Amino acid sequence: MAKPAELNPDSPALEVRTPPKDAGPGKLAGPATWVDDRIGLAKLAGNIRKVFPDHWSFLLGEIALYSFVILLLTGVFLTIWFKPSMAEVEYAGTYELMHGIPMSEAFASTLSISFDIRGGLLVRQIHHWAAMLFVAAMTAHMLRVFFTGAFRKPRELNWIIGIGLFSMGLVEGFAGYSLPDDLLSGTGLRFVDGLVRSIPLIGTWAEFFIFGGEFPGELVIPRLYMVHILLIPGLLLGLISAHMALLVYHKHTHWPGPGRTNRNIQGYPFFPIYVAKAGGFFFIVFGVTILMGALMQINPVWLYGPYNPSQVTAGSQPDWYMGFVEGAIRIIPNWEWHILGTTWSWNIFLPGVGLMGLLFTGLALYPFIEAWITGDTSEHHLLDRPRNAPVRTAIGVAGMTAYAMFWLSGGNDIIATQFHVSLNAVTYFMRVAVFVAPVIAFIVTKRICISLQRQDAERVLHGSESGVIVRSPDGGFSEAHVPITPGEAYSLTRHPQPKALVPNGKKVGRLRRRLSAWYADGQLPKPTAAEIAGAAHHGAIEADHGTPAVDAGHDAPALEGSDAGDAR
Amino acid sequence: MNDPQTDLPVPDPGLEEHPPRFTDVDDAAADRAYKQIVGMLAAVPVLVVAFLVVYFAVPRDAELVLFGANLKMQTTLLGLTAGVATLLIGISAIHWARMLMSDEEIVGDRHGAASPPEARERVLTDLETGIEASGIRRRKLLGTGMAGALGMMALPAVVSLADMGPWPTAELRAKTIEKTIWAEGVHLVNDVTFTRLKATELVVGQLVNAQPETLQEYHGAALQQQKAKASIIVVRMDPNSIRIPESRRDWQVDGILCYSKICTHVGCPISLWEQQTHHLLCPCHQSTFDLGNSGVVVFGPAARALPQLPITTDAEGYLVARSDFTVPVGPSYFERDSSKDFQEGDR
Ligand code: HEM
Ligand code: FES
Repeated sequence: MAKPAELNPDSPALEVRTPPKDAGPGKLAGPATWVDDRIGLAKLAGNIRKVFPDHWSFLLGEIALYSFVILLLTGVFLTIWFKPSMAEVEYAGTYELMHGIPMSEAFASTLSISFDIRGGLLVRQIHHWAAMLFVAAMTAHMLRVFFTGAFRKPRELNWIIGIGLFSMGLVEGFAGYSLPDDLLSGTGLRFVDGLVRSIPLIGTWAEFFIFGGEFPGELVIPRLYMVHILLIPGLLLGLISAHMALLVYHKHTHWPGPGRTNRNIQGYPFFPIYVAKAGGFFFIVFGVTILMGALMQINPVWLYGPYNPSQVTAGSQPDWYMGFVEGAIRIIPNWEWHILGTTWSWNIFLPGVGLMGLLFTGLALYPFIEAWITGDTSEHHLLDRPRNAPVRTAIGVAGMTAYAMFWLSGGNDIIATQFHVSLNAVTYFMRVAVFVAPVIAFIVTKRICISLQRQDAERVLHGSESGVIVRSPDGGFSEAHVPITPGEAYSLTRHPQPKALVPNGKKVGRLRRRLSAWYADGQLPKPTAAEIAGAAHHGAIEADHGTPAVDAGHDAPALEGSDAGDAR
Repeated sequence: MNDPQTDLPVPDPGLEEHPPRFTDVDDAAADRAYKQIVGMLAAVPVLVVAFLVVYFAVPRDAELVLFGANLKMQTTLLGLTAGVATLLIGISAIHWARMLMSDEEIVGDRHGAASPPEARERVLTDLETGIEASGIRRRKLLGTGMAGALGMMALPAVVSLADMGPWPTAELRAKTIEKTIWAEGVHLVNDVTFTRLKATELVVGQLVNAQPETLQEYHGAALQQQKAKASIIVVRMDPNSIRIPESRRDWQVDGILCYSKICTHVGCPISLWEQQTHHLLCPCHQSTFDLGNSGVVVFGPAARALPQLPITTDAEGYLVARSDFTVPVGPSYFERDSSKDFQEGDR
């Protein structure tokens, strides 16, 4: 046994070290000090009064985040009973209509969650509704970021992370949809089997590797289960953390307005306002999904029955977020190549793998393409109003239109029966529409943006319509205008306008020059200070000549005056 | 941080003044908001108790008719109580934030995303010092060797996935995706009742979903795999109204023809039969096949004709297969040239 070492009572090591007791404010000081002594909480937590701007469109990302949390919570509940096994069992549970029917354990356990576990059906339905909401909110959030230009420097990386989240969200949803092994999910899997098989060169190999042999085999559901509850949730969690960390680091963008600049951020403090608002909003989203789960049936798998490769329900459709791929698959001509004894199934590969690849690659690259075209290398923390970036907005709407056309094609049979036209006609129409409709959408959107710019300019120059019709001494009628506040006038005129690149010294390639000219083309130049002053002067003269100024407080649009303060 | 070049025709008037809220100036209004919030929070325990009562007292199979819809009572009531309770927590928190918490907007500074130049400088110097200290500059092979070694380790990681599935070599393909359990003499049976099909019992225009009689020997995954390939449809058409090519004269019995039910597009079971035109439509992506013309594609994304199963009758007049399918069923795949499958105009 080791002999205790001789202790030197004078050793400084024995001194009881007490940290200085400089207590913080109030009752919290005690526990806060305890934690801080150990992990340096004050250094870690940083600024809990961090500023976040307020706008409804910033809630979309929050909805996506919260529905992910709801999916984690409800998903864990489901794993308690779900059996990811394709082994055959004979059903003997409470759902009488299926007694004695052979089915996979996965399907049987889904029935058991739905009929035997109290609250099981509710949680299944919440899980499925939350999945729908998750993808929908991510999509809407992505569109918000796109149309307001929030993806610009320095946020390009966060945009790419977002695209990663979006694409993985689709895969995650598909994997979950496949788990119950009902007739619809099996049909979806068979579709994936064909899709994977169509990949040139490696298709058959990929198919055999994924399914562990021939379709359907008995491995794919256990494997998808791993993907669904471990692999992708893990990746999503990691990416979401990075997404949020970057958001905090960059600070949220804000809408332009008086006092808001590229160097400041205006809004409410995280603590306590956003703790209450965002925390409260989580409960609202959760409450709404619970109510949806309670009142709206979704995926009633017991009505579809277990997967049977020789059956299909008429009008079988994937969940909505896969509809665009489904549509593309339906309308593509049946192109197949035969080279040196091989078959290249473009009719499946292009609309399936190709279209998804195109969508995600295009989205991921967009910030870099736009920055290259505009030559813009500055940081942006103020959002664009969509009208002030007409070409970007038009590109976005064109993209949405193309997506919508593909998505509609996914219901070509329904359209044909609903509108009593032939299926062939709908299909041929859609083949043209996916190319033509986006072009039309582009042109129309750009025009609308520019006419909205014109409206803004009118407002700045002539004020807003007062709704008061006045009659001049010589008998003419006109509507009096009230000047707008300097704050509004500032908001309407502060935006930078895209300019065509001019090669000053540096070489600019021809393609780039053309693209940048195209990008800047057609915009309405915003009113200059001189024009605004001129219009104000004109208004003042009118007022002198007896046109009653509606806002009697001041007779000229106050913009001109140096003392903007009293104009309010 | 450099500002984007912006010309400002109107100068920035600065932050707008903050108008006080109703609850800031009117104590009675603030008290009302306070009561509302506390009231909502007080409803939560009530709803939680209701949830527990439902959980233990409402039988699982009780049904509830609400707005004409037949709802499962337990699911609906559990969801209603929990959902409304959750919603109330959320609404009260937001109400609190909007009505009673100070709503002074505050302004924070932004700094460019980039680190200050000194910091960059320092990290670069540190990096430089570190690299120097590692000796990698003088002994170059250290770096290359390490990178190469790490790179090579990707190989075992990737290669150990090679057993994810059997390799679809020509030999295995011939036993799996190129073969079904149809064979000479296998009876065609109805796919629900598994009774044999008698040629004389089929009427013109009729379509029957069928399976090989031998399917009953399979169970579980093997059953699903075989069914995914062997499912067929048997149709009887008027022999005078269809085209039967020379090579397929004896694949049919008096206008009774048999085709794979598995779509050559991505493999859905095809089901929609149009008697008049002899067209068979796939419900998944609407590929349409002409069963009166050897199953060629007349519309849609499928690129190959539907494989036809050669059939005949046995001594008692029951339909039997003459062989397996002559080409693989289901979607095309890379390793096989499908252009030699039956095409419009083949004889
Ligand atoms: C972003 C995340 C997620 C999405 C989009 C998603 C989506 C889905 C969908 C659509 C289903 C089919 C539900 C149905 O039966 O109607 C499903 C099932 C399932 N999910 Fe998720 N899920 C997600 C996350 C999770 C997580 C994190 C877990 C577990 C930790 C989980 C566990 C399950 C289980 C066990 C099932 C099968 C149970 C059943 O169908 O009854 N999910 N998921
Ligand atoms: S699977 Fe039949 S048309 Fe696609």
